[in-house]
Amino acid sequence: MTTTLTKAQQSEQAARRERQRRSRPAARRSNWIAGLAGWIWLVVVAVPLYWILITSLKAQSRYYSSNPLVPSSDPTLDNYRLVIESDFIRYFVNSVVVTLGAVVPAVAFSFMAAYAIVRGWRMRGLRVINGLFLMGLAIPLQATVIPVYLIIIKLKLYDSLLALILPSTAFAIPLSVLVLANFVRDIPKELFDSMRVDGATEWTTLWRLAAPLTRPAILTVSIYNGLTIWNGFLLPLVLTQSPDRRTLPLALWTFQGQYGVNVPAVLAAVVLTTLPVLVLYAFGRRQLLSGLTAGFSR
Amino acid sequence: MSALTSRPPRRGPRSILPWLAAPALVVFVCFAVIPLVGVFVLSFTTWDGIGAIHASGLSSWRTVLTNPGLPHALWVTFLVMIVSWAVQTPLSILLGTFMADRQRYRAVLGVVYFVPLLLSSAAIAVAYKALLDPNFGLGAGLKIKALSQDWLGRPGLAFGVVVFVVSWQFIPFHSLIYQGGVQQIPKSMYEAAQLDGAGRIRQFFSITLPQLKYTIITSSTLMVVGSLTFFDLIWVLTEGGPGDATRVLALDMYKRGWRASQMGPASAIAVILVLVGLALALLLRRLGGRDAGESQLEGA
Repeated sequence: MTTTLTKAQQSEQAARRERQRRSRPAARRSNWIAGLAGWIWLVVVAVPLYWILITSLKAQSRYYSSNPLVPSSDPTLDNYRLVIESDFIRYFVNSVVVTLGAVVPAVAFSFMAAYAIVRGWRMRGLRVINGLFLMGLAIPLQATVIPVYLIIIKLKLYDSLLALILPSTAFAIPLSVLVLANFVRDIPKELFDSMRVDGATEWTTLWRLAAPLTRPAILTVSIYNGLTIWNGFLLPLVLTQSPDRRTLPLALWTFQGQYGVNVPAVLAAVVLTTLPVLVLYAFGRRQLLSGLTAGFSR
Repeated sequence: MSALTSRPPRRGPRSILPWLAAPALVVFVCFAVIPLVGVFVLSFTTWDGIGAIHASGLSSWRTVLTNPGLPHALWVTFLVMIVSWAVQTPLSILLGTFMADRQRYRAVLGVVYFVPLLLSSAAIAVAYKALLDPNFGLGAGLKIKALSQDWLGRPGLAFGVVVFVVSWQFIPFHSLIYQGGVQQIPKSMYEAAQLDGAGRIRQFFSITLPQLKYTIITSSTLMVVGSLTFFDLIWVLTEGGPGDATRVLALDMYKRGWRASQMGPASAIAVILVLVGLALALLLRRLGGRDAGESQLEGA
């Protein structure tokens, strides 16, 4: 009898010790409110995405009779075919042309300007230019679309892809300069000095020294701008007119206007227009996310 | 912007540096600075968007300021701003805290969280419009009455939908900012609190939250100034409707300009938009923010 009691006591003590041992990491482990929010948010985000994906693979005839949250037993790519036959290849090409056409000069020009601002900080003119770019960050540039529209008409560029490229480039410059200048500033001054001793010009120093050393920042800025321009809606809406100048977001909107009742087809278009970005996300998640918060890391 | 520490070499008038800044400057001046000035100028003219432009003094301003549509649009804009701020901020802080812990499964959840960031506002709005359709959407398919309402057809509901979709799109971005903020809080503070016997919830309120002050200001600036530029999302979802229920300033400008062919009054609305944006950025900076600058991140 006594032995069993002791045993029970012992096991109770052991359990208490065990509990104490475990309670310490447990306290560190979790803030349950945040944990709960985390799981609820997962549902809030995942359910619509899941619904979009499975519905885009359903035949339209089956869509209305099926349970919307159960994937089709015989998935079809017909919706995707309809989307592609609705000229989406052309819209895709337009989006690529506008995005590359704006990002490449925007980043190149911004990098050159950032280099000049950092290296020529003593020149008042460059400081004024820097101030101008900073001002551009504080102003909602969308509010300037009416004069942009007027300028584009005057330049006889209305309804062309160049009409989208020029303002997109301009809008991308302020943030790009800010971020890139922060990185150029971090390059040790000795490196610049040794380049000068070797007789390198500013132009050579810019591309041979500064560009390789700030490559991660250049990539980050390019991704951020690329995503913004790829997803842009207002400029194409205001500055183009004919169907064959549409970029993907605008095409998506008109496609819904046309095929609104055909929900699977509309959702296939949503998936298709997002696919390039998703592929990018799959391969370079870290780079992409840091691109999205460009300017905050510093 | 701290001054460059290196001794700048003496540069003659032939220094190439100003030329390096020239291309960016030219593009920026032509398509951002001149338009910014232009929008003020155009607000004193009459223009239908196609024909000739006539100076017309204050008539555009009179049209805009006496129209009851303006206070309404301002009100809706502020309402969207405040309500979406109030919804997004606590959730983003919680999610940022949640993701700041380095655990494998949280990283996996993170992959899903960030997908909405990649979709264009147009794609999100198109998808939600389909999802919320009272006849063909998700609610109708599930045959649940409460879910198959006319979400975008009734003013109060449509406003709620706009706030929800905005939050759905931007909470990931802000939780990413908060995640960075939380990870920068020194571990030692938590260890000290633990020795004092503070539980995890207590730690959150007395360490995490106060330490996030600057992150909160940065994120709020982006939310507030960014909310002025919600155009595509609301346009595709509701076109400002039903009636004028979701007609924010940016939509008011677009509809005036391109739908009603009144570019003068539309420019006046754009000027108001610029001024409101500047005022808010300055106000938030006063509150102790860092660079008021980054407001464009969310915009475009």
